[in-house]
Amino acid sequence: MVEEYDVVIVGSGPAGLAAAEVLGGEVSVCVLDEQPYAGGQLIKQTHKFFGSKEHFAGWRGIDIAEYLIGEVKRRGVELKQQHRVLGYYAEEDLVVAEDENGKLHEIRGKKYLFATGAMENMFVFENNDLPGIFGAGAAQTLMNMYGVKPGTRVVMLGAGNIGLIVSYQMLQAGIDVAMILDASPTIGGYHVHAAKVVRAGVPIRTRYTVKRAIGEDKLEAVEIVKLDENWSPIDGTEEIVEADLLCISIGLSPVIELFAQAGCRIEYVPFLGGYVPVHNKFMKTTNEKIFVAGDASGIEEASTAMVEGKIAALAMLGDLKNVDIEDRIMHEFESLAKLRTGFFGRRPKEGKIQMEKLASKYGL
Amino acid sequence: MRFVCRCEEVTEEEIVRLAKEGYSLEEIKRMTRMGMGLCQGRTCLRIAARIIAGIQGKDLSEIKLPTSRQPVVPVELGKLNEAFVKSKDE
Repeated sequence: MVEEYDVVIVGSGPAGLAAAEVLGGEVSVCVLDEQPYAGGQLIKQTHKFFGSKEHFAGWRGIDIAEYLIGEVKRRGVELKQQHRVLGYYAEEDLVVAEDENGKLHEIRGKKYLFATGAMENMFVFENNDLPGIFGAGAAQTLMNMYGVKPGTRVVMLGAGNIGLIVSYQMLQAGIDVAMILDASPTIGGYHVHAAKVVRAGVPIRTRYTVKRAIGEDKLEAVEIVKLDENWSPIDGTEEIVEADLLCISIGLSPVIELFAQAGCRIEYVPFLGGYVPVHNKFMKTTNEKIFVAGDASGIEEASTAMVEGKIAALAMLGDLKNVDIEDRIMHEFESLAKLRTGFFGRRPKEGKIQMEKLASKYGL
Repeated sequence: MRFVCRCEEVTEEEIVRLAKEGYSLEEIKRMTRMGMGLCQGRTCLRIAARIIAGIQGKDLSEIKLPTSRQPVVPVELGKLNEAFVKSKDE
């Protein structure tokens, strides 16, 4: 038996929940997510958000998740956690999800929002399969969700916001942070996050990278090396740093499999984090049934993901029901533009401009 | 070893060798099983695409990702079969 809804949302992260909040009570909605808890990355985020009041400034991610989950449930949305989506089947127009008891469900929507988020990037170095080498986000999940300390002394590769924030949370968990490395000449993350770890005595070394991991059955040390202006290792600058934990935080890539299965056009846009489904400013893909929001549409932040989720939800609402969404959607466009001002907004902003051009090329 | 695909244990050396011989990402996937393991290529395909683009002098936008097929997460074949048999009975 196929379960039918007006809108099926895959992913209960910030984008999916924000969309469900808008749609709940207006149309029938179900949200599918593989994790035991809703909220996506929000529930691991113990730091306070920036921005304006409308964007939850001053709130911690975990509290934003709790608020949104409450709102979504109050509006009668079916929040189905531990439902792993196996794929989108274009011929039957449905997704198949496996629940926590191993039962398969066929679920069809008049519209779909795939808010599938992102995956951590890895890179290639000698012995990169040794136990003790983690994506920074994976180590964060172990600590903040399951209360497991992934190691005792860490080398963090990547001084972007994730690398900096996870390093700080590791200090809070009693893990010795040996150093933070970044191959680029400058620290990528916000000053406030960098200042916090530096005040705690953690050195940040720019123009450094990992040369190889050292250890028999598990990580015992990391060999690091300095890079020149052309990003090439400088001979003789190698150092061995003792560590049982190496965290890689060198960026994220959008998770796009479901879009590909739905026949959505996919293009490579570096400013958005790589291969992304082509979408217009209403977050509609080249398959008119499928919408995208959040990191799956280009790597950005939870605050922009929530606004994109709302835009997608309003656009779907406009398609499904004869309601006037114009004022509300204009408001969200302005909100998004505000979030993308300033130094850190320039990459996604440029990426989304390129995306609009691609969208019009494909008639969106 | 320098692994590109940790699920199927495919090394950088292997990808570089095949890329130099002119094989595409899709072909290298079929030859090595890269991207056909637990994570279904979420980690390795992008790394491999970059290596191939570099060696073959292409832009990454010219490298097409292999076709994505269901299931994207591991599932017991018995469960899929059960569901298939049931859907035929209906």
